[in-house]
Amino acid sequence: MTTLQHYLLLSAMLFGIGLAGALVRRNAIIVLIGIELMLNAANLNFVAFWRFGPHPEAVTGLMFALFSIGIAAAEAAVGLALIIAVYRHYSSTHLDKLDSLKG
Amino acid sequence: MSQPLEQLLVRLKDWLVLQCPPAAQGLVAALIPAAAIVAVFASLFALTTLLERKGLGRLQNRLGPNRVGPFGVLQPLADGLKMLIKEDIVPRDADRLVHLLAPVAMVVPVLLAYAVLPFGQRLVAVNFDAGILFFFAAGATTELAVFMAGWSSRNKYSLLGAMRAIAQMISYEVPLILSAMTAVMAAGSLSLVDIVGSQAGYHWGWLPRWHAFTPWGFAGLLLFTIAATAESNRTPFDIPEGESEIIAGHLVEYSGFKYALFFLGEYLGMFAVSGLGITLFLGGWHAPVPALEWVPSVAWFFAKLFGFIFLFIWLRGTLPRLRTDQLMNFAWKFMVPMVLVNLMVTAVWHFTRSWHFSGAGLWRWLVGALLLAGPYLWLGRALAGGRRFGPRSYHYAS
Amino acid sequence: MLITLAGAAGAMALRNLVHCALCLVLAFGGLAALYLQLGAEFIGFAQVLVYVGAVAVLIVFAILLTRNSETRVERLSAASVPLGLGIAVLVAGALGGAAWFSGFAPAAAAARPVAGVRSIGERLMTQYVLPLEVLGLLLTAALIGAVIIALKEPGEPG
Repeated sequence: MTTLQHYLLLSAMLFGIGLAGALVRRNAIIVLIGIELMLNAANLNFVAFWRFGPHPEAVTGLMFALFSIGIAAAEAAVGLALIIAVYRHYSSTHLDKLDSLKG
Repeated sequence: MSQPLEQLLVRLKDWLVLQCPPAAQGLVAALIPAAAIVAVFASLFALTTLLERKGLGRLQNRLGPNRVGPFGVLQPLADGLKMLIKEDIVPRDADRLVHLLAPVAMVVPVLLAYAVLPFGQRLVAVNFDAGILFFFAAGATTELAVFMAGWSSRNKYSLLGAMRAIAQMISYEVPLILSAMTAVMAAGSLSLVDIVGSQAGYHWGWLPRWHAFTPWGFAGLLLFTIAATAESNRTPFDIPEGESEIIAGHLVEYSGFKYALFFLGEYLGMFAVSGLGITLFLGGWHAPVPALEWVPSVAWFFAKLFGFIFLFIWLRGTLPRLRTDQLMNFAWKFMVPMVLVNLMVTAVWHFTRSWHFSGAGLWRWLVGALLLAGPYLWLGRALAGGRRFGPRSYHYAS
Repeated sequence: MLITLAGAAGAMALRNLVHCALCLVLAFGGLAALYLQLGAEFIGFAQVLVYVGAVAVLIVFAILLTRNSETRVERLSAASVPLGLGIAVLVAGALGGAAWFSGFAPAAAAARPVAGVRSIGERLMTQYVLPLEVLGLLLTAALIGAVIIALKEPGEPG
C-alpha cells in the first residue's frame, strides 16, 4: 500500500534528520554524515518519482540518481580530505575550535 | 541422454515445491536454493580445510593431518568440534555489540553473493539483470566487517591490521571489477546467466568458446585471479592475517565460534570469487570438449572450482608473502594500467569481429597478444627499478 | 523504512563516532532495500557498492585518522540544540506536508516499470554522454584534489 506519498514523506523525514544532525552536532565528520544523508534523501525522491511518475521508460529519475551518487562520492572524498587536513593543523575536529577567522 | 541427468536437480526442486500447499510454494521455491547453497558450500569449506592442510603438507615435504580417521578425513569434524567448544573470550573494553556483529556482517553478504552464480544449466538462484553488480556490491560489504572486527577489539594491533586489510581490499577491488568488465563487454550484458550463455559452442568443433581462450580473456583471467587472491587475503597477499606478521591481524581478539565464522567467511569468499572467475572466463558450466557434454553441468562447474581451489592452495604453499607497500605498488602501478590496456584490447577484439579472411582468428589473436605483451613487459621493466635478476645462487650452511 | 529511519536517527544522535558511522551504513542498506522495492535494481546495487563500499569506508578511515587520544565522545553546546532541531523540524514538516497533502494520482502505482540495465546504458551513452564524461572528469579532479589536500607536507610535524 506504499504509495508515492509514503516515499516522499520518508524522504522528507530523512532530510530533516540529516539537517538536524548537520546543524546541531559540533563534530565535522558527523556534519558530513548528515550531508550524505540529505543527498540520499534527495536520491530517494528521484527514484520514487521515477517509479510513480509519467514516462518511466525514459529513465530520467534513475539517471539523476546515478549521477547524484557519483557526485556525492566525490564530495565525500574531498570533504574528508579537508577534515583530515584541518585536523592536522588544529588537532581537533570540533567545529567550535575552528574560529581563528572570527571577529 | 544428457537431459535426464542434467536436469535432475532442477526436477528434484520442482517436485519438492509441488509437495507443499500452494500458499507456501513461493516461499519454498525461494528457500530451497538458499538452503542448498548453504549446505553445499559449508561442506565444501570443511573439505577445503582438509585439502589445504594435506596439500600444504605435501608441498612442504611432510604429511598433512593423518591421525583422525583414515588419511585424516575426519579432521574437519575435529576442527569444527574444537572451534565450537572453545571458550568465547571477549576483551573487557571491547565494544560487545559490534564485536558480535562483525562475523555476522562478514558471512551474510558473502552468502548473498552466491545467489547470482549459475551453477548449472538452469541452476541459478536469482537471475538479476545486473547480476555482476550485485555480486560486487555484496563483496564490498565484507570490508566493513573487517573494520568492525578490528575496531571493536580495542587493540592497537588489531586496528592496524584492520586498516591494512581494508586498504588492501579496496586497492584490489579496482582491478577485480575492471577485469570483470572485459567479460561483460564481450557478452553485452551484466547478467551472469547471459555471460555464461555467450560462451557456449565450439570454435572449429573442438576449441570451446570460453573467454579464457582469447588474448584479453587470458589476461583478464590472470588479472582476475591475482585480484581475487588479494581480495580473499590469501598468500601471497595475506599480510593482514599472516601468523608471523601481526598474529591474526584484525582477528586477534576472536576465539572459538566467532573465529570459525570469520574463517568460514573468508573461504566462502574465496569460493564465490572463484565461481565468478569461472563464470566470466572459463565458460561457467560448459564442458570443455563436445564428447563429454553428457556429464551434468553442475559437475563441470565444481570440477573447475576444485581446479581454482587447488591453484589457491598451490600458490599458498609456494610463494612468499608480499609486504604491504609492495602489495599496494603492485595493485596501483601494475594491475590498474594492465587492466585498462586489457579493456582496450577487448574493444579491439570486438571491433575486428568482422574479419573473415583466412587466418583471421590467428591475426586477431596476435594483435591482441602484442597489444597486451607490450605494456606488460614495459611496466615490468620500469617497476623493477633497474634491478638485474640473474640466476639464483644458493648458500648452504656448511 | 523503519530500519532506514532508525539508522539515520542513530547516525545523528549517537555519541560514539564509529557507532554513528555504522548506523549510517544501516541507513544506506535500508535505502538500498527501498530502491529494490521501487524496482530500481541497478541503483540499489550501485548504492550499496558506492555508498557502503566506498563512502562509508572513507568516513570510517577519516574517523580513525582524526581521533584524539583523550576522548571519543563530544559535548553538545546547549544553546544550539533546540534551534537546530527546530529548524530541521520546520523544514521536514514543510517538505513532508507538501508531499502528503498534494494530490498525486494514486492510480500511477499500477504498472511496475522495468528499467533494464541495457536501457540505462543506452541512455548513458547517447542522451547523457556529456554528463557522464563530466562526471568522470569531476571524479578525477576531486580525487586528485583530495589526495593533495590530505598529503603530508615534507617537514610538517604529525
